[in-house]
Amino acid sequence: MANILAFAELRGGAPRKVAFEVVSAARAAADASGGGEVHALALGGPGIASVAGQLARYGADVVLVLEHPGLEHGNPEVFSATIAARLRTGGYRAGIFPASAQGRDLAPRVAAALDLPLASDITGFDMTSDGLIARHPAYIGKAIATLRLTGTPALVSLRPGAVAPVEHARAGRVEMLEPGLEPGQARVVVTAVTERAAARLDLGEAPVVVSGGRGLKAAENFKLVEDLAAAFGNAAVGATRAVTDDGWRPSTDQIGQTGRMVSPSLYIAVGISGAIQHLAGMRTARVIVAINRDKDAPIFKVADYGIVGDLFEVLPRLTEEVRKARADH
Amino acid sequence: MKIAVCIRRVPDTEMRFSIGPDRQSVDPTGLKFDLSDFDGYALEVALRLKESQGPGEVVVLSVGPESTLEIIRKALSIGADRGIHLAAAQVPFDGLAVAHALAAELKDGGFDLILFGRMATDTGNGTVGPMTAELLGLPCVSAVSALELAVGAGTGTAERELEGATESLRFPLPAVLTIDEGIARPRLPTLKGIMAAKKKPVESRPAALGSIRLTIATLELPPERAAGRIIGEGAGAVPELIRLLRDEAKVL
Repeated sequence: MANILAFAELRGGAPRKVAFEVVSAARAAADASGGGEVHALALGGPGIASVAGQLARYGADVVLVLEHPGLEHGNPEVFSATIAARLRTGGYRAGIFPASAQGRDLAPRVAAALDLPLASDITGFDMTSDGLIARHPAYIGKAIATLRLTGTPALVSLRPGAVAPVEHARAGRVEMLEPGLEPGQARVVVTAVTERAAARLDLGEAPVVVSGGRGLKAAENFKLVEDLAAAFGNAAVGATRAVTDDGWRPSTDQIGQTGRMVSPSLYIAVGISGAIQHLAGMRTARVIVAINRDKDAPIFKVADYGIVGDLFEVLPRLTEEVRKARADH
Repeated sequence: MKIAVCIRRVPDTEMRFSIGPDRQSVDPTGLKFDLSDFDGYALEVALRLKESQGPGEVVVLSVGPESTLEIIRKALSIGADRGIHLAAAQVPFDGLAVAHALAAELKDGGFDLILFGRMATDTGNGTVGPMTAELLGLPCVSAVSALELAVGAGTGTAERELEGATESLRFPLPAVLTIDEGIARPRLPTLKGIMAAKKKPVESRPAALGSIRLTIATLELPPERAAGRIIGEGAGAVPELIRLLRDEAKVL
């Protein structure tokens, strides 16, 4: 019986949703394979030990805390050195990171430093006697690979949203760590973390995503998409590559092969034909709605519900009806 | 500046493909192959730096079988100065095995900057860049979306996109960077470039791959989405859509 280490990503001193996902996944894996403790790692500025209670609620037996005034914004070198140092102490059979921008940056550093197997962006895994088996969407989601990792601890990064956080309270005993590298000695320094817009939901975390394509004809018409998103109240706005390439929307809004991969409960594609590049980023949404004037557009092949028609007529009506339906709640 | 760009040959994912008889790989029959998307951005960054920073060299490296030479030649026709082909019968899925081969080659190369694409579109791993940096003991910034260098001072600043935020970083040279999309639109090969590429040197030697501990056990096509339905035309179909979203899909 050995333990599982889970990297709990924080932003502004608070756990991100992916932190609860990796702790939940670690808890489930430990319980399904004969027990063992879940150790959650929380690294950051002074005061972050206060997140221990939240991580314990999702199944952390131990919360390993590193607090340092030089780590308010985090630091990739200090974080990876600290994680590696902890894994080196032994007793771990797996290490789980979120497949977020931060997790995907740290995990390969740790794997290379310790010469360990790493599977990235996985959607699920099972422990084996000599490593683990993981599922990973390859070829931009056009194929599903079952991966075999040989060696312990085996490392994985878990795709955001792939595992739902489940409450499963444990003690969450706090243990303070020393940094694996003194923050003052790090060569790479994070000088700022600038939140884009406090009120805006992130595409990867929003339960509803409304996306627009070339069919909107002009940047200013994205107002219609934003209005629909606002009517939902829990929606983020996305766009196709054609739209972000033309500068109608920032490149960070792009959904698809070279942009963000999203799996919301509801995805509404407006004026989007459905190129493979775009489908790669949204085909795992639970419910897909398409609104397009071309009834032969490929988007209708993946859409659960389609409306053929002029989006400039359909969208305002839909916004109004969604607003009403929301008000009825 | 001396800049290395590590590139990879991948199948065009816009094409329809099927799983090979070994159930572990994609059937290459009828597929088109190209430079991985993000590697195109990395190469563009290297070429712009060379243009703006005065004399320098852009070297492309790639691990793989004979066919890898296609994308090395393509990179040369776009503007890279020379190529290094690290020959391997197959490119292992394990990023660490590939990183070992690249690190062995890059170690004594005297590069100021080593660039990668953020991830390869076939594996979807995005691990080789940061792993190579770790093996070389070099500073690394991954998924760079904006970059400025002060070559004289030997430093750089970069931005990378987090979920809902932008991270700004400072780093010393030499460094390893992995490049995200959108940083600079890649140029296309010109006829002149294609002709010039034929005279550019490409060295080939065996890749010193590391041990492989991550393998594909099986590869399958994802389950097809159930065929959808068109519920109506125009704004008149909206009430029915609302009803379905509320009562059938239960997402409203």
